[in-house]
Formats: sequence, structure tokens, C-alpha cells
Amino acid sequence: MAGKVLMKGNEAIAEAAILAGCRHYFGYPITPQTEIAAYMAKRMPKIGGTFLQAESEIAAINMVYGVSSTGKRVMTSSSSPGISLKSEGISYLAGADLPALVVNCQRGGPGLGGIQPSQSDYFQATRGGGHGDYHMIVLAPASVQEMAELTIRGFELADEYRMTTMILADGTIGQMMEPVSFDFEFKAMPEKPWATTGTQGKREHNVVNSLYLSPEVLEIKNIERYEKYAQIAEKEALAEEYMTEDAEIIIAAFGIASRVAKNAVNAARAEGIKVGLIRPITLWPFPEKYFKNCLATAKEIISVELSMGQMIEDVRLATECKVPVSLCKRVGGMIPSPEEVYAAIKAAAERIGE
Amino acid sequence: MTREYLFAGFGGQGLLFSGKVLAYKGLIEEKNVSWLPSYGPEMRGGTANCSVIISDEPVGAPIISHPDVLVAMNLPSLDKFEAAVKPGGTILVDSSLIERKVARDDVSVYYVPATKIAGENGFSTLANMILMGKLLDVFGEYDVEMVHQALGKCVSARHADLLELNLKAMEIGRDYAE
Amino acid sequence: MVVFEKPHALTDVPLHYCPGCTHGIVHRLVAEAIDELGIEGKTVGIAPVGCSVMAYDYFRCDMIEAAHGRAPAVATGVKRSDPDNLIVFTYQGDGDLASIGTAETVHAAARNENITIIFINNAIYGMTGGQMAPTSLPGQVTQTSPYGRDVTQCGYPVKICEMLSTLDGPEYLERVAVNNVKHVRQAKKAIKKAFQNQIEGKGFSLIEVISSCPTNWGMTPAKALEWVEEKMIPYYPLGVYKDRSAGIIPGKKEEA
Repeated sequence: MAGKVLMKGNEAIAEAAILAGCRHYFGYPITPQTEIAAYMAKRMPKIGGTFLQAESEIAAINMVYGVSSTGKRVMTSSSSPGISLKSEGISYLAGADLPALVVNCQRGGPGLGGIQPSQSDYFQATRGGGHGDYHMIVLAPASVQEMAELTIRGFELADEYRMTTMILADGTIGQMMEPVSFDFEFKAMPEKPWATTGTQGKREHNVVNSLYLSPEVLEIKNIERYEKYAQIAEKEALAEEYMTEDAEIIIAAFGIASRVAKNAVNAARAEGIKVGLIRPITLWPFPEKYFKNCLATAKEIISVELSMGQMIEDVRLATECKVPVSLCKRVGGMIPSPEEVYAAIKAAAERIGE
Repeated sequence: MTREYLFAGFGGQGLLFSGKVLAYKGLIEEKNVSWLPSYGPEMRGGTANCSVIISDEPVGAPIISHPDVLVAMNLPSLDKFEAAVKPGGTILVDSSLIERKVARDDVSVYYVPATKIAGENGFSTLANMILMGKLLDVFGEYDVEMVHQALGKCVSARHADLLELNLKAMEIGRDYAE
Repeated sequence: MVVFEKPHALTDVPLHYCPGCTHGIVHRLVAEAIDELGIEGKTVGIAPVGCSVMAYDYFRCDMIEAAHGRAPAVATGVKRSDPDNLIVFTYQGDGDLASIGTAETVHAAARNENITIIFINNAIYGMTGGQMAPTSLPGQVTQTSPYGRDVTQCGYPVKICEMLSTLDGPEYLERVAVNNVKHVRQAKKAIKKAFQNQIEGKGFSLIEVISSCPTNWGMTPAKALEWVEEKMIPYYPLGVYKDRSAGIIPGKKEEA
């Protein structure tokens, strides 16, 4: 494993962001993501970047809005309650078509909830979170290596489509250490002729704005944005498939839940149960095709989640309820054990008469 | 082969550091590794633990329900995790902090008064590394060069003196016989 | 012969403000300052939510529309993106700056963020139709204080210059008015200085402009200007509240 270092998931995000050319980070302390801020606080001053601990999550996301307006790569990170506060700013970023990277290292909710890992912000992330018709691109890393990879990819997607990318991680992936390699290729950043960098007296003024008082114009803006979203859904939806080829039972799980599920799939396969795993890497756009395709062999789908059942709705929509979809869950900061997932697979196997 | 380690004790005993040294040793040996801490307010004086998995295969869940190895540095940790250890597994006990014996007879148990020995040697904060030395020795994996490299990844160059102390603590642990 | 012209830094878009509103005067003063300092090409303005929400159409420099109250945070981001080259100002009303955005205001000041803030205090929410503002005077009748602002229920007005002057951070805080020619001239001087400070890297400069809102005050424009003089200025005294470079620092005892 030459060239690999052991690093926490949160630190891998920070290092990857710096490698991606992000020189501006704004945040506010909250467990379990504070390592990102700490890493940035240490590194940014040494590379001519900006680390600023804002007075609030609200201020931090608006500082992101300011930097993004000038065309530079910028990010913020938080955990669930802080993301709720940032949601206002995320809606404005969407309305002004500004690129940004937002990390949500999820913890249990609602309210102050707990500080242990959770996936219960799935609805908030995949439906946009703030007010109005909009989406973020939502990426779900399942390893420290992916924390780095998807951060870089997240900046690229944000710039390409002029929208927010959210890294929807959780406390476990954020806190755990695994070997990570930063041997990446980087795409050049696209031109940003819309940026407010001063006219220099050479062009008409640029305006970054989300206000359209004319309903006719605002309707067109929304429709255009959704045409872009349709393209993204077509081109960027991504999932990992594991032993799905002949699978009669499919596990749907992302992030830390998919790691647990993989252990259970291996254990069940060892007993001859035909089970596979679809791990969405993009949560929005949801990788519907993978689920449609699995219907060739699948008789039941189990959604394994650290929530009361959120992604399960997208699984049902993607499969148009053609097969039963059941839920295997733990919440509140609890994580299902491989044994619990295995038991869910066994129960499904009995139901389908395997 | 996969081996799952659980280090458990009080916050401040250096459990996370022990785990990190072990994980780095695995990385240097080109294995797949994961390191997962408990986190939160209990990190300061409450109970804390750290899960390390070292495997020839890609690591699935980083969370350990049934460790192969338990390193217990306080009584609540032994009480909590003793039953979870896999049959045939290994338990290391800091016997200067835990008075009771391990009740199970289907696991290998090693008692090391690590905190007492650390105090006697003038590095009271390195009981964790004494246990680490013993742990590696138990599995016949105490490779001096490897240990030096792994420690080097975990102790910054500015604290070369600490590196030496850690090494010394590990050697004492390695050579300790009940 | 002096020919009276529109400043270059204002676009040709007609202002939407009500007759007698003083926003137009302040827009002009800001634009004149930008012209005179020759900074239009490197200036980025931040518009608020409130009556001046569409200021982004009126200034010829690059403009950003911010969420309600967040302009100082947005300005912080913009300024930090290119601190050596960009000149950044926000233009905010009293609801925006002194109510929903108080935290952003206070902390940008505390950081001595090198930005310029133009704060329009007309003691009312204009755009939404005349509700009580954080700066509405005790007893002032508004849509949401129909019996007059009752300080036992709604508390007292927020005096931004006085409040911020207790901080070590900010460079320059001055309260001006635009209700007569003399005051307009003073306001112009203060606004220009607030930009000059930024050019010189001195830090956070905020100019509070006591303004009128004849429509929502239910007065003629002329009467509204009288009300500024008779009611507002006594409650919000004009003057320099802090000017670090000039040695005006509140609470600092004069040396014997």
C-alpha cells in the first residue's frame, strides 16, 4: 500500500478539498465533523487560504455564498442540526446557481438528537432541504478513500452544473481511520464568466441573484433548472453492485450501512442464499436504473438504513413497487450489526421460499 | 485472515493511540485496516474504546460486535466486553487496575499490571504501550523494525524522545512474564 | 459651469423607490464615492432584503443579492476571496442589519472585516408595508405597533453605532442623516471615508444613515424630513462613534 496514509474520514475530506483547489473554508464547531475545521485551521494559513470560524452556521454558508459568487472553490461542513441552519443559504445557492461543497457528517436527530452516527437526513439532503424547487447533488461515501474521492468529484460536479454538492457522510465514516491514497487526476475548473470579480471597466456588471419578482421569469428559471437536473439524473447516477447478478434478494444500503450489509451478504452467500447489494453512491440523482435492472432476478428488496426508513421510498419508486421492499433499521445513533442484517436476509429468504 | 481488536478503558489512557500504532503496523504490512474510535464527551475521563480490524480481505463493517482480541484497561470495560469476545479469542487485562479475573475459560487471558509497571519506570502514561508490547508478543508479531516504523507514523518527528519512551514501554511489555 | 450629472456608478435603470424616499440620495452618495475613488471596476456590492433589495440593478459595479440579514457574511466571503483587489460594500436597511442580521453585523465588526457597510435607518420595515423595526422609536405607530411602540412589551430601539462602538474590532462608525443639504454633505464625506478606509486596509467601516420613509410613516416627504430632525436625530445623535485612526475610541480615558 505504497503512498497510502491512515487518516480519519473527516481529515480525508479536508485534504482532498485542498488538493481540489479549495482555498476557502467556513465552518462552526459541531460533533462529529469538527476534524474538518481543525484540519483546515491548520493547513489554510500555510497555503495562502482562508479558514474562518464563523459566528454561526448561517453566517458560514453565506460566506460560502460570497466566495462562490467570485468563482472560487469553497466549502463548509457541519453535522445534522447545523445543516438545518445552513439550509436557508443552500436554497439561495440553488436559486443563484452557485457551485459549493457542503459536507454533512450526520448524527442522530431530530432536534439536538445525539452525536452518534445516523442517516436520518436522507430526505433533507435528497429533497433539497431548504425552501423552493431545487436539488443538490448528494454523494454518499462508504469509506475513507471515498471521502477523498467524492470530495474531489463533488467540486467538479458542483462547478460543471453550477449547484451545491453535498457529501452525505455519517459520524462513523467521519471518525474512522482507513488507509487513503491521494493519487488523483484533476479536471481543470471550467470558466466562470458569471462571477462577480469586478467589471474592471471591461464588461457589463454581473449580478448574482435569486430574486425574480416576475412569475413568468421565475417559472422559466425553475423549468430550466429542472432540465439541467434531468440531464444530471441521466449522466451522473451511480451505484456499486455487489453479487447482484443472480440475486433474488437485494440489499439497498449506502454509506456505513452498506459496509455492515456487505458482511451480511457474504455470510448469507456462504449459506447459498442468492443475495446481493446495491449501494447508491449518488443519492440524488437516485440510481434508479440499477434497481430497475435488479428486477430481472430480485424477488424482495431490503433497505438497510440508519433511519426510520427514508431511502426505502426511493427504492419503492424506482422499482414501482413491483417487488416487496422491507426495512432493516437502527436509529438514534445505533448501527445495525451484520447479524441483524443477516437475520433480515434469512427472513426474506424464507418469505420468497428460497 | 481477519483479526478484530477492541481496546477499551478510560479516556486518557491512550487507547486510541494504541489502536493507531496497531493499524499503522497493519498498513505497513500491506494489510487492509480500519480504526474506529468511540467519540463524544466520554473521551475525557469516561469510558472510551477503539476498534481496529486488520485483514487480508477488504474490511466490511468497521464496527466490531465480537472481537478476537480485547485489551481491557478498566473494570467497566472488562465487564462490558468480556462476554462479546469470540470463543478462542484473547483478553489482555491491566491487572493493576482490574482486580477480578476473567470468568471465561474458552479464551486466552494475559494479566499485565501495566499501569503499575509504567509508574515504576517513570512513564505513567504509557501503560497502553506496555500492553501493546505484550499483545504483539502474544501473537509472535513483535518485529522491532516494524514496531519502530509504525510508532514513527504516530509520533511526530519533533517528539523523538517520546518515540524512544514508547519503544521502551513496548519492550517492557514484550518481556513481561507473569 | 458645473453640469449636474448622474454618477457613472449608477446604471440607467429607473429607481423604484417611493416619492420622497431618501434611498435615492444615499444611492447617489455611494455612487459618487465610487466614481471619485475610481474603484467601480473592482467593487462588488451586496444588496439586502428590504426596500433596497433591487439595488443590484442600480449600481454599475458587480452586484450580489444576499439572503435577509446575511450581507455582512456574504461580504466577508467576497472580500476574503481576493482581499488585495476587491472593494466590497453592503447596503442594508434596519430590519436587515439590526434585527435578523444582528449577529452577522456584530461579528463582521468584531473581526474588523475590511468592508464598508451603508446602513439605512428609517425606523420602519418599508418593503413589507410599514411594520415595527428594531429602530422604531418608543411610541412610534406602525402596522405591528398600532398603539405605538410599547417598550414594556417590545423593548427599546437598537442603537447600532453606540452598540458597535463598544467593540475593539471596528475601525470607523459614524451616524449621519440626509434630511437637509448640510447633513447630505456630511453623509457624503462619511461614506467616501468608509470606502477610503477599506482601500487603505483599515478595516470595518459602517455609516448609519438616518433616513425617511414618508409612505410608511404616513407623511408628506417634507413633513417626514422634519420628523427626522425633530424625532429621530434626538434619539439617534449624529456624529463619529469610533474612528480608530483618528484616535476616537469610546471608553478610552483622555490622557491627562
